[in-house]
Amino acid sequence: MRPFTRLDAVACALPIVAVDTDQIIPARFMQRPRSEGYAPVLFHDLRTDPAFPLNLRPDAKILVARRNFGSGSSREAAVYALVDYGITCVVAPSFGDIFAANSVNNGLLPAKVTEAEAGALLAVLADGRLMLVVDLATQTIAAGNLRVDFTIDPAWRTKLLNGWDDLDLTRSHSAAIEAFALADARARPWLQPNPRGRSF
Amino acid sequence: MTLAPPPMPPAGAPRSLIDKLFDSHSIVTLEDGQALLWIDRHFVHEGSHHAFARLAATNTAVSRPHLTFGVADHYVPTRGRGCPIADAGIARMVAQLEQNTARHNILLFGLDDPRQGIVHVVGPEQGLTLPGLTIVCGDSHTSTHGAFGALAFGIGASEVAHVLTTQTLWQQRPRRLLVRVDGPLGMGIGAKDIALTIIARLGADGGVGHAIEYAGSTITALSMEGRMTLCNLSIECGARCGMVAPDETTFAYLRGRPFAPDAFDAAVADWRRLPSDPGCVHDRAISLDATEIAPIVTWGVTPEQALPIMARLPDPEAADPAARAQMRAALDYMALRPGQALTDIAIDRVFIGSCTNARIEDLRAAAAVLSGRRSVVPGMVSPGSSLVKQQAEQEGLDRVFIEAGLEWVASGCSMCVGMNGDLLAPGERAASTTNRNFKGRQGPGSRTHLMSPAMVAAAAVTGHLTDVRPLLAGRG
Ligand code: SF4
Repeated sequence: MRPFTRLDAVACALPIVAVDTDQIIPARFMQRPRSEGYAPVLFHDLRTDPAFPLNLRPDAKILVARRNFGSGSSREAAVYALVDYGITCVVAPSFGDIFAANSVNNGLLPAKVTEAEAGALLAVLADGRLMLVVDLATQTIAAGNLRVDFTIDPAWRTKLLNGWDDLDLTRSHSAAIEAFALADARARPWLQPNPRGRSF
Repeated sequence: MTLAPPPMPPAGAPRSLIDKLFDSHSIVTLEDGQALLWIDRHFVHEGSHHAFARLAATNTAVSRPHLTFGVADHYVPTRGRGCPIADAGIARMVAQLEQNTARHNILLFGLDDPRQGIVHVVGPEQGLTLPGLTIVCGDSHTSTHGAFGALAFGIGASEVAHVLTTQTLWQQRPRRLLVRVDGPLGMGIGAKDIALTIIARLGADGGVGHAIEYAGSTITALSMEGRMTLCNLSIECGARCGMVAPDETTFAYLRGRPFAPDAFDAAVADWRRLPSDPGCVHDRAISLDATEIAPIVTWGVTPEQALPIMARLPDPEAADPAARAQMRAALDYMALRPGQALTDIAIDRVFIGSCTNARIEDLRAAAAVLSGRRSVVPGMVSPGSSLVKQQAEQEGLDRVFIEAGLEWVASGCSMCVGMNGDLLAPGERAASTTNRNFKGRQGPGSRTHLMSPAMVAAAAVTGHLTDVRPLLAGRG
């Protein structure tokens, strides 16, 4: 995964509450293999409206939205669609938990700000300013004179900054995993599923 | 500033159910609070193809195939079972799951298996879902399994691949939110009404970062079916998971299930240690009086936009400015007028199904209203599993639905998400027992009102949103 350090890019204002994963990618597109790319289906049903903000800022790499971005389904395809399109940071007052975890696993930064800060950033973008600078090291977003701090889980921050994949970290603990599995099977023998199941 | 993880209870201190589950599965805990959790049960479905593709690309094996179970539900047809699937794309999705589970030696409850159904109905029904377990699945409504006192949550494809590869997952300890509900529920009011009332109160993101523990006399009086509906909807207020402490109701439900432990009594002895210790600390708590809960329906495009059936639609002009735009957009999309009575909203179609409300008790509740009556709109009933379907047919519930003019179809996710082609037409308005009223969830341009199975049945016989209670008068 590519590390995320600093992003100096065009931002798009999406002043909508609860941009759910069904909006980001409608379910009917989820048969697609990843190799086909998900960019064409990002916000598919919203983009049919020529006035949809992303149609006016097609080169955006940052989205600024209202609260509860990415609520809903666990579909990682929502993040694939954003990332394949080129969006690597979403700024919002709150995120769906699973969406945020999926984002970090794909190098997309979910930057959490307060409602007021999201409002201020949206106002700046509405004034016609296009560029934001998002710095993960200092956890700040700059838009001209406006500077906003954002929050993120410390473990996620480290992961994004280094471009780490969980699997590498997990493998370094494989001895502990094996020991846990053995001890647990002894302590809770009942939890091993009966392989066939009984008739019911 | 970074978000500090919630504190770990000190050693020896009273612990909550949530902490007991988290601690007993933590293999290692890092300084930043991340814990590597052991995963006891993992479910996969047709939508898990991305994770299997990831394994194939790196030629990786599944580390513990006997702890992962496959279920065909998201794309399966609900009509013409036994015939080849007409849509090539859908057929490919079902076949891909069969190939992937076969290749990795994973037990599959496939399309033709008599135990097939929606993953969150099948797991508990088979006794694969047990108290004290960690359970994950690439589906956000995995929170359902928390009804048994398990730590159960939905994950994304990268995490599915991680679990397949290592049987573990990195997690931050969730904050603990205690939701207490006390008192008797009124006639015709069920778990769906409790859940939507909680979501309307907390907001669709009110539970983000939290695990919910449901407690109180109303909750302990619920059947397992009701507890599953409640925990299922935890994700709709943003919570990672929801759970109910296991008790006699839980044990009685599980005893004798196909995959329940052989040493059942030893397991029960373990499970009795799970409930929260007296005096343990939750990060937040709210409480509700069950006698104040009315039949509730959603009117907008997020589950938090829900009101008791006796209410009128809100007026954006009277709302605070921050909420105004969202409210106006929701009313526009739903083609509704401010101030309109909810009971004046006419519907085009009904759907009874999904992992939220298609268990046997749900079908009985709907049938109790529909019995001897006709639905004035078309609609379909898709049981939560093939075994639920069988049981409903033994009880004669299928006759009630068919005689009411509804279509009785096979089990699957169906119109909850529309991946199998069961969709509303653009602009159509449905009364639905599902879990999401998002724009386009049930098809492009579709309009969804969420409510309980009894309330959907009431809407079916009147053709508009209706208070079910008068329709139940004089009925058991
Ligand atoms: S019924 Fe709906 S919510 Fe439940 S598993 Fe299927 S798609 Fe997900």
